[in-house]
This record gives sequence, structure tokens and C-alpha cells, in this order.
Amino acid sequence: MSKNEETEKSDVKDSTAAFEEALAKTKDKKYVLHLYVAGMGPKSIQAIDNIKRIFDEYLPGKYQLEVIDIYQNPVFAREGQIVAAPTLIKELPPPLRKLIGSMSDTERVLLGMDLISKPNENDEKQQE
Amino acid sequence: MIEEKDRTLKEKSLEKAPTGINGLDDITYGGLPKGRTTLVYGSAGSGKTLMAMEFLVKGAQKYGEPGVFMAFEETAEDLAENFASLGFDLDGMESRDRLLVDHVHIDKSEIEETGEYDLEGLFIRLGLAIDSIGAKRVALDTLEVLFSGFQNEAILRSELRRLFRWLKDRGVTAIVTGERGEASLTRYGLEEYVADCVILLDNRMEEQISTRRLRIIKYRGSKHGTNEYPFLIEEDGISVLPITSLSLEHEVSTERISTGISRLDTMLGGQGYYRGTTVLVSGTAGTGKTSFAAQFCKAACERGERCLYFAFEESPDQITRNMKSIGIKLQPYLDSGLMQIHASRPMAYGLEMHLMGMRKILDTFNPDVIVIDPITNLISAGTEIDVKLMLTRLIDYLKLKNITAICTSLVQRESTEGINAQEISSLMDTWINLRFFESNNERNRGISVVKARGMAHSNQIREYMLTNHGIEIRDVYLGPSGGLLMGSSRDIQEAKETAEIAAQSKNAARRKRELESKLKSLDAQITALNSEFEVQKEELDKLSSEEALRSNALAKDRSEMARIRRADLH
Repeated sequence: MSKNEETEKSDVKDSTAAFEEALAKTKDKKYVLHLYVAGMGPKSIQAIDNIKRIFDEYLPGKYQLEVIDIYQNPVFAREGQIVAAPTLIKELPPPLRKLIGSMSDTERVLLGMDLISKPNENDEKQQE
Repeated sequence: MIEEKDRTLKEKSLEKAPTGINGLDDITYGGLPKGRTTLVYGSAGSGKTLMAMEFLVKGAQKYGEPGVFMAFEETAEDLAENFASLGFDLDGMESRDRLLVDHVHIDKSEIEETGEYDLEGLFIRLGLAIDSIGAKRVALDTLEVLFSGFQNEAILRSELRRLFRWLKDRGVTAIVTGERGEASLTRYGLEEYVADCVILLDNRMEEQISTRRLRIIKYRGSKHGTNEYPFLIEEDGISVLPITSLSLEHEVSTERISTGISRLDTMLGGQGYYRGTTVLVSGTAGTGKTSFAAQFCKAACERGERCLYFAFEESPDQITRNMKSIGIKLQPYLDSGLMQIHASRPMAYGLEMHLMGMRKILDTFNPDVIVIDPITNLISAGTEIDVKLMLTRLIDYLKLKNITAICTSLVQRESTEGINAQEISSLMDTWINLRFFESNNERNRGISVVKARGMAHSNQIREYMLTNHGIEIRDVYLGPSGGLLMGSSRDIQEAKETAEIAAQSKNAARRKRELESKLKSLDAQITALNSEFEVQKEELDKLSSEEALRSNALAKDRSEMARIRRADLH
């Protein structure tokens, strides 16, 4: 009986390890980001700077950013269903995410890009 | 100098883009402000999207102005499907570059805001769409959906302002649709100030009947109708009913047409109704309103005129059967296509649907005379004020087309005062009242002409009967007190009068005989007297001759005596 229990325990450990491994792999995957900007105004430049800063910090070397100026290529605005500018779209890895704004709210960017999980609501309440 | 100034003023005055929507161009005096933005707002289901789309479709079809439809709510496929039922071939128009539908997908859950942004993407897409087909018209449907995707109200407000300005700069005539706000007219409370023209659509329920209404709240630089105008969504789009858009300037006819009842023609100045007028036949239940209408139809068909019968109470078969029973045979005319009967239940749809449907049939059938039986049933399909407006509109339309109309009206009370069915009588040119008169345990029908514009009509109440050869107006018999005698009392009076006449003639013959015999006897007397006279005269003659003889003899005697006496002869 006791032997059986031990084997079960080791099974659980194995699955946890597998999950963590898989998670690590996802993090290893390259992020493909498209940033749609309307011209090179202050908002656009700010957005580009912020993205670079955040991703250099959290995913150094593991992201690929393409900046698309919809003034130059208006067709992309239609194809990408762009309404607001700047808009950052995470094409890969799935799921697809859409962020708008100058990316100055770092926490929201990280949340939106699934780089951090949502803060536990219970913790917040305890702090209050 | 002055001329030049005038010209520039004229050039400056507002140009308009006709919408092509039935009636809307009438109340806006030509359409929406060209090159500017019109805000169309209303609650859900009030017809905003339709109005925006129809503006584009009609613009492309009728006025050669391609349009861009930016849909925030529905996808291009959904729109194409929805509008196919109205006969708008969106896909076909898109393939010919007359229309471009761009669905802007907005999902709040997908969007994370991370700082300052603007809606430049929308502007660029709109610009691209406009440029790609050379659009002159733009519709954005609806603002609320677009803005629901974003949280930052300050940005939205400024972007909204920028959107209206941008549309104006592009020189496109635009319709922007919006939801009606809770407190203010619009949700953000600023759209109505930014737009040059604001149209409110409303779908109200009153007494379980829904009526769509449209009102122009503002129109910068132009006059516009200020009323609430009912409108309909029909098979081919929106139809606004501008009550005032028809004026009272239609030409009138002096032609008279028979009512189908010769004695009624006599009552109406001898010649019947004027062509193109509206006749109200009012009466309580069972007075024979339908029969009067049918008789008129028959007369019209006999003249070779086209006749249209709107029945709101009976089915076509029922009408033909019932009318046949009083000798009014309509079936031949129905068969020959000279007459049509359209029957529908008044409660089946709203009043406007009825009137719209009627107008459509009127336009396709093109009748000379119509019957609305009864017009009072339409009243149950709307509220009082609506009915009056709608009927005014319908009657104006009929007059414009010179169609003679007979409207029957069911009334509750047996008097003329109560019969002002929703004040429609003022719209009528001729008003014939039918009523029952109760006396001697009988109900007899009486007809009178309450009014007849433009003709010297009879003021008499006449009795009429529904016979097996149509309606018959009877002779007038007045009772001893001067009242009209009807039914059996009229029959009695009739018989009495005949008897009296017979008695009188008998009497006269008798007196004649009496006098004759008297004369005869006098004659006899004269003869007798004459003979007596002769006798007397003879006597007298005899007497005088005897006297002469006697005196002669006497003289003879005297001379004889003298001769004897030898006396002188003197």
C-alpha cells in the first residue's frame, strides 16, 4: 500500500514539472508585435520607446517589433481593424492581444501581454 | 458691386444633398446640408441604420453620389442580408464601387488602454474608403458602439469633436447615428451641438399601437418642418408623411358624377357629387352605408370608371354576395378588372401601414373612385390625432389625383350631432347622413344631406328602402302634424290618399248627375211654362180680335142708325 502511495506522489511531481517546463518553453517563444502608429508624432515615439523599454527588461532578445505607419499604409489600418492609434497587437504567441495608447502604463502593458498575472483581488482587499 | 455681393451670398447659401427618402426632402426643403454632418439619433429599433443606409443607397442610385458606410455594429454580410429584404443590393453596389461598407470591429474586452491615444486609425480608414470610390456621402453607425470600446471619456469627447470637423473638412455629406441618452438628448451631450442638422427618430407606443415619428431638432442655416412627422418602414425603405407638404392648391373639377341613385342626385342639386370630392356617408349599424357605397361603385363601373373598394369589415366575397341580394351586382366588374376590393383588418397593422398600403394600391390601380368602408375602423388603428393627420394626408392625396372617395362612417347615436367621427367631417365635402326613425314599432331608414359644398342640396329628410333592385328613395308623405311619414304609416297615408281621391271622384260624378237631373227638370218646367204662355197669348189674341169685331159692329150699327134717321154723316 505504502509503495503505491509513493508512486502516486511521484506522478504528481512529474506532472507539475512538465507543466513548469511547458511554461518555460512558452516564455522562450518569440513575441511578434505589430505597432500601428499614425505618423511619428510624440505619442508614436513615446509608444515605441515604452515598448522597447518594457520588452528589453522582461523579454530581452525574445521579441520582434514591427512598427507600421498607417499614414504611409492606410490599407493596413483596415486589415488590422485599427481604430485607435497607437495600437499594439501581439500576433504571437496566441492569444492575440490588442493594446492602445502610448504604453506609458507599464503594468497594464505587462498585463495585456500576459507577462504578469492579474494581482490577486483578495490581497488587495486585505491591504485595504 | 452689389451684384457681386449678391452672387457670393447666393453661393454661400446652404447647398443641400437630397436624401431620396420619401417625404424627408419635403420637410427639410431639399435634403440634408451638403458637405456637412447630420446627426440621426433615436432609441434602439427606431430606424437609424435604415435611414443612414437609405441615404447612401438613394444617393448612389439617384444622385450619382457614391457612399461609404462605416458599420460599428453589424458586419458587412449582416447588413447586406438585412437590406436585401428592402431591395437594396449592397453587394452589387459595392462591386460597382457605388458603395463601400467597412465593418469596424470593436470589442471592449480585447482592448487594453495604456495611456494617451487618439482615433486616428478610424480617420485613416474612413479617408481611405472615401478616396477609394470617390465617396460624397458617409454614414457612421452608431457612435455609441464605437465609443463603447474606449474608456477615456476626455479623449472620446475631443475625438468626437474632431470627427465632425474632419467630416466637414473632407466635404462629405455625412449621417452619424447615435443612441438617445438618458438625461440629455444624446449620450455625450455634445453631438447635437457639433452637428449641423439633428434628426430625432422615435418609436412610441400609444394604446398598444406603435407609431414611428421623426422630428428635425435643428438645421443650421435652413428652414425646416418643425412638427413630429410620422414615418413608416416599408418594403422599399422609409416613408415620411409630411402633413403640411401638400398644399390646398389642387385643381378642382366642375364635373358632376351620379351617385348611382337618381333621386339622391336630385337631392344633391340634381347632378350628384362633384368629381374629386370626398363624401362621408355616416350612419348607425345597419343603415345601409355599404349599400350606398356599392351603388356608387356600380354606377362608376357602368360609366367605365375604375373603382377601388377598401373593406375593413367584410371580405370581398361577403360584400359581393350581400350586394347581390339587393340587386347590386359587382361580380362582373370584379371579373373584368374594372373594380377591385381590398379587404384587411384594421387592427392587423398600424394606421400608417394601412395608409401606406392604400397609397401603394392607389398608385398601382389608378382608380377614378374609391370607397373606404368604413373609415371609422381606421380610427381603431391609431390615436385620434394621428388619425386626423393621416386622413388629412390621404384625402389631400386623393384630391390631388382627382379621385372621388366615399367614406362610410359608423356612428353610435341616432342623431346628427354625435356624428363628427374624429372631426373628420370637416375634411369632407359632402356629408350624407343615414339614420333610423323609430315610430309605430318600426325602424325606418331616413336619408338627409347634412352638407354638400358647392351645390344647392335638398334640406328634406327622405325615406329610402333597400329593395331587390338597389336603393330606392321614396316619395315624401307628410303626416297631419307635418312630420315625415315612414314605413307602414307612409303606406297607410298612401292608401288613404288614394282612397280619398277615389271617393272624391265618385262624389263629383254624383253631383254632376244631380245637377243634370235638376237641369232636366228645369227644362221641363220651361216647356210647360212656354205652353202656358202660348195658351194665355192665344186667349189674349182672341180677346182683342173679338173686341175689334165688336167695335166694328158697333160703328156699323151707328151709321146704319144714322142712315135710317137720315142724320148727317157727321
